Amino acid sequence: MMVDIAYGPNEGKRPDLSDSREAYLDMVRRKRMYGGILLVIFIALMASGWMLAEERNAGSFWSGLPQVFDFPAEVLSEAWEKRALLPGLFWDHVPALIETLNIAAVATLLGAIAAVSLSLLATRGLARWPRLIPLFRRTMDALRAIPEIVIALVLIYILGGGPVPAVIAIALHTGGALGKLFSEVAENADLKPVEGLASVGATWSQRMWLGVIPQVAPNWLSYALLRFEINVRASAILGFVGEGGIGHDLKLAMQWGQGRYDEVVAIFLLLFAAIVVIDRISDHYRHKLVKGH
Amino acid sequence: MTATFATPQPALADRITRRFAAKRRMAFAIPAAILAYLIYAAISFDIAGLVQRARMDNAAILLGDFWSHKTHVTRDNRSGDVTVAIEGESKGTVPPPAMLPDWVTMAGGVTTIDLGTGHVVTYDDAGARFVVPDYGTIDIRPVGGKPVLTAPEPIPDWISVAENKVSVTTDAGRFSYSRSKVETFKYEPGWELFFFTLESPFYGKGLGELLTLATVGERVDPDRMNISYMVSEVWTNRMWRHADVAWAIFETILMAFLGTMAAALMALPLGFLAARNFMPLGPLRFAVRRFFDFIRGVDGLIWTIILSRAFGPGPMTGAIAIAITDAGTFGKTFSEALENIDEKQVEGIRSTGANAALRARFGVIPQITPVLLSQVLYYLESNTRSATVIGAIVGGGIGLLLTQAILTQKDWEEVAYYMVLIVLMVMLMDSLSGWLRRKLIKGE
Repeated sequence: MMVDIAYGPNEGKRPDLSDSREAYLDMVRRKRMYGGILLVIFIALMASGWMLAEERNAGSFWSGLPQVFDFPAEVLSEAWEKRALLPGLFWDHVPALIETLNIAAVATLLGAIAAVSLSLLATRGLARWPRLIPLFRRTMDALRAIPEIVIALVLIYILGGGPVPAVIAIALHTGGALGKLFSEVAENADLKPVEGLASVGATWSQRMWLGVIPQVAPNWLSYALLRFEINVRASAILGFVGEGGIGHDLKLAMQWGQGRYDEVVAIFLLLFAAIVVIDRISDHYRHKLVKGH
Repeated sequence: MTATFATPQPALADRITRRFAAKRRMAFAIPAAILAYLIYAAISFDIAGLVQRARMDNAAILLGDFWSHKTHVTRDNRSGDVTVAIEGESKGTVPPPAMLPDWVTMAGGVTTIDLGTGHVVTYDDAGARFVVPDYGTIDIRPVGGKPVLTAPEPIPDWISVAENKVSVTTDAGRFSYSRSKVETFKYEPGWELFFFTLESPFYGKGLGELLTLATVGERVDPDRMNISYMVSEVWTNRMWRHADVAWAIFETILMAFLGTMAAALMALPLGFLAARNFMPLGPLRFAVRRFFDFIRGVDGLIWTIILSRAFGPGPMTGAIAIAITDAGTFGKTFSEALENIDEKQVEGIRSTGANAALRARFGVIPQITPVLLSQVLYYLESNTRSATVIGAIVGGGIGLLLTQAILTQKDWEEVAYYMVLIVLMVMLMDSLSGWLRRKLIKGE
């Protein structure tokens, strides 16, 4: 058995079984050597990589390390002095937070709708046009590969500021990412209902809607919820780099610098609370959807 | 007895009919709710206003720039100097008369620009003329410094006349006349100067000619081989900066690699502390778990901001930001994987008298390696994408080049180039991580 694992099932190249102890030790030695070599390469890559990255950085690691908490401390102390203002500031930024959440929700919805059709068209056994499966798969790959920021910045140039460029950018990426996961789920769906529906003359869309979707809906919903979590973060980041939502407010407050740190803290806390609450809720429902209780 | 058996039947049928009715209602209610939400979103995002504000002319410029380049022929109206520059950049200025394109002729103060299909622009002492076929001659003369237009009436909408500027847009090219200068733009397909810039001895040579030069041709520079001269000319191209771009791509991948690996190395020991079967001390376990939740919840964006204050801009800051954010995620998944291991192997190792470290090394690590590796490789791929965005914030890698090129709003061909490179980079990392996953986990 051990020999099969080490040398494969082919007869001929396995060692003399009469000396199995020696062969086993030999295998262990070889495995250790490969492991050791891989470890050395990995350590060398990490060490040289960090040194290179540090060299290209404006500040060095060891001089920066003690300062990591300087900025948070400065921000927090100013916010503490003005703590009476915080509730009001929370209130001021709630609309921006809602915009960020709306961006994420609309993008997740649109992306998921696109992903449903793309994934069904790209799944073996279910596809409407089996010959076009590679085309739809590559489309999803390309959608997944383009970072959101690229599409968002280009669209800001055409459409002007506002939330729509971010929505389109996140929705396109979501379509590709969810499409891949959806198609993996659909691949494992039971084909019997589909065949049953086909035998009574159902069209392709009826077969999918009545035969496949009910089977995969819990898993799909669970993935979509997870994606919504990710998209809330993405929409905050896009706001910081581009425009719209709470990320943009954060950037403005940061650019102002000292004197508006209470605002920075308010936005930090709002964003943090939103992310934690959404994570919790989606965790709960995903558990329910997948485990069924 | 019979009665008790018979009674459930209608009740069951009733219940099922009711459940069906509820399901049918849901089948309408859910799409209706989604639609209602989308309508609300469309109103709150001001889609109607957006359609009006959308700059479709910008879209046309952008798409045009993606696959073509423009050459500016500019005359300074004060000094009378005419320059021909690719993309209007000083780096792309053509030294006259040796390298003038064949559609520009200069003779004794008169410059003639042939834009093709009968469109001809002439600059002379009197002003400038633009002959447009099927329309006529647009004649512009400066009167008291201001351009005065003479053209067949009525003036079509592709000629825009303002007090100090006249501009004409045709399919063959654009033309504009202002107090200080007169400019003509000719669009041609392709990314100009992508390989060789104008000052390079290899500029303007065809593929066959270049191949001959590279293999059997006489040395252009007697000190080195032509092929190495060519490579260095492409590498140091001042318009497209290939060396900088290659470095930026490498920097982005470096950030993703260092960040992911450092996160995994930090999360592994902490994962043991957060797993129920390895950490009997409840409060410590709780503390470690909440720590993971905290660093995940604070989010990459905020870590990036805090860290760039301490470490300054650069790739190391980006790598640390990725490492911290992902350490939280890895810690959570690793501790879950640790809780799901098979205790029998650990027991077997324990029976040989192994201590805790040896039990972990030989009883636990081999079991969680597949989960661990597949997580790490998956994140390596997705972090390549994040590193592009984080790079834009911390100022490193291809993300910075891309955002700079987009914000200047003129080098769209460079934006297209970077976009293609980013997509290729992500796809490459995707297939690399898939290959490694198959190799290391399935042992294929």
